[in-house]
Amino acid sequence: MLAWFAAHSKLIDQIGINALLALSLSISLRSGQLALAQAAFMGIAAYVGAIGAVEAHWNLPLSLVIGSLCAAIAAALLALPLGRLRGVFLAIATIGFGEIARIVEINVKATGGAEGYANIPNDANTAWIYGTLGITGALILIFERSRAALAIAATREDESAARGVGIDVTAVRFGALVAGAALAGCAGVLYAHANYFITPSDFGFARMEQILVGCVIGGVTSSLGAVIGAAVMTILPESVRFLADYREVSTGAILLAIVLFAPDGIAGLWQRRA
Amino acid sequence: MAASGVNAEALVAENVTVRYAGVTALDDASLRVEPGAIVGLIGPNGAGKTTLINAITGVVRPTSGTIALGTKRLDRLPAHRVARAGIARTYQNVRLFARLDVADNVRAGAFARSGTLSDSEIVTLLERTGTTERDLRRRAGALPYGEQRRLEVARALAARPATLLLDEPAAGMNPAETIVLGRTIASVASSGVGILLVEHDMSLVAAICTSVVVLNFGRVIATGTPQEIARDPAVIEAYLGT
Ligand SMILES: Nc1ncnc2c1ncn2[C@@H]1O[C@H](COP(=O)(O)OP(=O)(O)OP(=O)(O)O)[C@@H](O)[C@H]1O
Ligand SMILES: [Mg+2]
Repeated sequence: MLAWFAAHSKLIDQIGINALLALSLSISLRSGQLALAQAAFMGIAAYVGAIGAVEAHWNLPLSLVIGSLCAAIAAALLALPLGRLRGVFLAIATIGFGEIARIVEINVKATGGAEGYANIPNDANTAWIYGTLGITGALILIFERSRAALAIAATREDESAARGVGIDVTAVRFGALVAGAALAGCAGVLYAHANYFITPSDFGFARMEQILVGCVIGGVTSSLGAVIGAAVMTILPESVRFLADYREVSTGAILLAIVLFAPDGIAGLWQRRA
Repeated sequence: MAASGVNAEALVAENVTVRYAGVTALDDASLRVEPGAIVGLIGPNGAGKTTLINAITGVVRPTSGTIALGTKRLDRLPAHRVARAGIARTYQNVRLFARLDVADNVRAGAFARSGTLSDSEIVTLLERTGTTERDLRRRAGALPYGEQRRLEVARALAARPATLLLDEPAAGMNPAETIVLGRTIASVASSGVGILLVEHDMSLVAAICTSVVVLNFGRVIATGTPQEIARDPAVIEAYLGT
């Protein structure tokens, strides 16, 4: 058991981080926003936390707080011009933001450019990652019973009717985007501190796609589904190594199968009702 | 603090004009809904009835004119603030939160007064509106059409509004259901809520409205009791066409 754990600890850590990322995306999806900048928020926090740790000797908690705060601020600034966008237009604009973030990370000195940023203290162990995941899960469970969760769900279902019952839709959308970014930021800092070095391509579109597919597998708005989906998306590429260069096809094939046969995701298979 | 059925404030719209690109949907229209009154708003298709409800609720901004509830001006407020000021509505095309359950739909209505509702209070609202569904966990979108319309009224009442705006609530209902709806509306009004009722079913209007406002091409062409309106030559002409 212990030997198995030791042999797979890297994978187990990755599952935890990807689960945090899937949860962070599901927060904005719950409000009906297809905002695909999660990988960028992750990257911003990862670099801030890593640079702080290397240059200013921040400990991990401080990196987590400042890193996720910077991701949240980035989301807040992004929400202002993007507030009017919906659906696929929001998706495209946020993907564009992700590309901008990646290109900035490649070109500024502080991040070490395309070569990556190295010597990050390797202190985000399994306990840190799953501790963060546990706290996040508990907060989400509490949140799901709150009035704010109902406001988010109503906003997703019908913005106009939500306004009609007194819900400040603009504030709800803003809050969901910023909260999701802060959580993606946590995941980013943990990612940086679980690997010795990071590069801008760690936070590119492929990462965003992996997070999104994990969410879709899990059922978009279900927290448990998001965690399970993230686990599937982490384990799957490892278990199909025999496919060699065609490995990435498996991501697309899974996505297609889910959309065709279980549009509500894994969560929908046991939640389905009249 | 929140608006309740008993605070005696009239909804007053004065000289409201709404222009969409090219179309004048509402032209200098005025009306008044006193607490406890049921004001019918009728007129041919495209007369501007829904536009007036949208203007009152902050969905569209009037080009000119004023709208107020008591002393509180509504016409520059965003829609969610209008709801919080004590205006609740239903929609011509039902707009429930389709994938949320019955209980959450009603509960969402209470946002307007920052309130919460227990399951028994939700059942009371369902009973009051004649909604027969008792499975609170059922998805709203899965209900039969008539039930959806009644659930929408229950959601609106959850706000305990000062004024309730109903956009063709009887549409698609059979005569028996319409009679039940009429009783619901009358009982809500008798608790002090002012009601603006947009309706094509003239027997319902005649049965429960205290006064009627007639719109045609965005203009108010007549105001009076249901009996006066039925005899009004301008109204007859508007409905029969020229
Ligand atoms: N969003 C909009 N943009 C442009 N024109 C609009 C818009 N909404 C309504 N109109 C026009 O405004 C006029 C009034 O429409 P409105 O929906 O208020 O009529 P109504 O009295 O509710 O009619 P009905 O009985 O068919 O519901 C119509 O000519 C309509 O085409
Ligand atoms: Mg209409």
